[in-house]
Amino acid sequence: MRFLGRHPVGMILSAPYAVYLAVIFAYPLGFAVWMSFHDYFFAAPGAIVDHPFVGLDNYRAVLGDPGVHQAFRNILIFLVINVPLTTGLALVLAVALNRAVHARAFLRVAFYVPYVTASVAVVGVWLFLFNTNGLVNSALGPLAPDPSWLINESLAMPTIAVFVTWKQLGFFILLYLAALQNVPKELYESAAVDGASAWNRFWSVTVPAVRPATALVVILALITGANLFTEPYLLTGGGGPSGASASPVLVMYQRGLQQGEPDFAAALGVLLVIGVLIVAYINRRLIERD
Amino acid sequence: MKAVRYVVLFLGALIFLFPFYYMLIGSLQSAPDTSIAGALPTNGLTLDNYADINSRVDLLGSLINSGIFTGGVLLGTVVFGVLAGYALARLRFRGRGTLFVLVLLVQVIPFQLLLIPLYVLIVRGYGLADSYLGMILPFAINTTAVFIFRQFFLQLPDDLFAAARLDGAGELRVLWSVALPLVRPALLTAVLLTFIGPWNEFLWPFLVTKQADMQPLAVSLANYISNVSSRAANPFGAILAGACVLAAPAVGLFIAFQRHFVSTDLGSGVKG
Repeated sequence: MRFLGRHPVGMILSAPYAVYLAVIFAYPLGFAVWMSFHDYFFAAPGAIVDHPFVGLDNYRAVLGDPGVHQAFRNILIFLVINVPLTTGLALVLAVALNRAVHARAFLRVAFYVPYVTASVAVVGVWLFLFNTNGLVNSALGPLAPDPSWLINESLAMPTIAVFVTWKQLGFFILLYLAALQNVPKELYESAAVDGASAWNRFWSVTVPAVRPATALVVILALITGANLFTEPYLLTGGGGPSGASASPVLVMYQRGLQQGEPDFAAALGVLLVIGVLIVAYINRRLIERD
Repeated sequence: MKAVRYVVLFLGALIFLFPFYYMLIGSLQSAPDTSIAGALPTNGLTLDNYADINSRVDLLGSLINSGIFTGGVLLGTVVFGVLAGYALARLRFRGRGTLFVLVLLVQVIPFQLLLIPLYVLIVRGYGLADSYLGMILPFAINTTAVFIFRQFFLQLPDDLFAAARLDGAGELRVLWSVALPLVRPALLTAVLLTFIGPWNEFLWPFLVTKQADMQPLAVSLANYISNVSSRAANPFGAILAGACVLAAPAVGLFIAFQRHFVSTDLGSGVKG
């Protein structure tokens, strides 16, 4: 109709948000990619320095770095434990919660409370529970692992994976609860008429019906895993023992800001995001296959 | 079947709540007792740990910093987010389609990719280290909230807007006196969701604030954990006391408004 549309005032109302997106997302995004192809370092304030183009040098450095290899292997361990545990537990608890009549408010609060609490706060209590002389080990008695959970090379990452599952599960239960509202009741009725057991109804009606939600849950769990920072930083004292629980973002922080190689960190960030996108794409293809 | 369901639910709830109970108990014990009986203390509870953490971390100052950081994000989100959500839902203007695609894209871009360039820009470029503005900027308008606002404005009937405009009301007036009162529950949900983000955020304020008197509580408590846990013989009481102080506002708000964390509100935000 008109060049600016029927309600040009909309441009004014949305302008602050548009500017915010440009300054906080678009520009830094371009800057990250640019930085990853240049020799970028922190110079003294006000100094004019050259940042020469170095092609794929930063990417080569990242791909050849043993610390980065280890961080990606750690994330793989994290995902192998976290994703099945999260999807399985969240779906089972959401189905149970959906049918529950009594104490719904109490149960909802119980499941969501870890999600709304700061990681830093709950990390404190997990440190207390899982340290060498902690409650978990005194309950396990002679079965307690040695060295203890968070300082044990093969148990540090699995413990973090379980911690994150516990912390985030409430949010995923919420997503599944929303999806369950859209499952047609008739499906359950006809399954019941056919004499399907509760277990069969769960597998052949509920699980397929919430498939789109499962795809979303898997992708979000993947993004959470790729973003992992606070847990290895605090729970295992900076990715310890000897890097066994380092995450890519922790390496980005250590190399980029602590050791002053932002170009290396930017290249690592770009690779990490490409990795997430590829896995998310494969996941989508697998879940939406039929 | 019904019994199994409740057993599963209550067992799960117990596992979920126990660390919180243990956090509170641990924060009230003068010496950590990690035996199983220690989880059910009968006496000797004290507030000493709170005094102790307060002497090492300025609790009140940190809480105020957390409050300003969170308040700034809430203000930005409620003012500019509502305007953008309303425009995206109810107004036809040039660039609307592009802006909406951006809203969807932003939710896919992981923050870690932006971490290094944002640090370079905000801390090195604009010199906003150790400032509230530096903390707030990357979170100033919560995109998920914009999305929720849009969904709710979209659900309002068209006639309502046609009638108001026919009466000669300007767009801001329509938004303020017609649309906003109708989406108040959504507003509350979005505010609660937005609150959790900055209140609990650790990584970004940790990078931006190096001065102790500018740090939000999550950062000062984390620094306390990572600096003393290696040295002090017995730091857990103080850590847990700090953890309780950090957790209490978010948990309290959540319990008070828990019926607003309903799946339908969020679902419409997530499903699009």
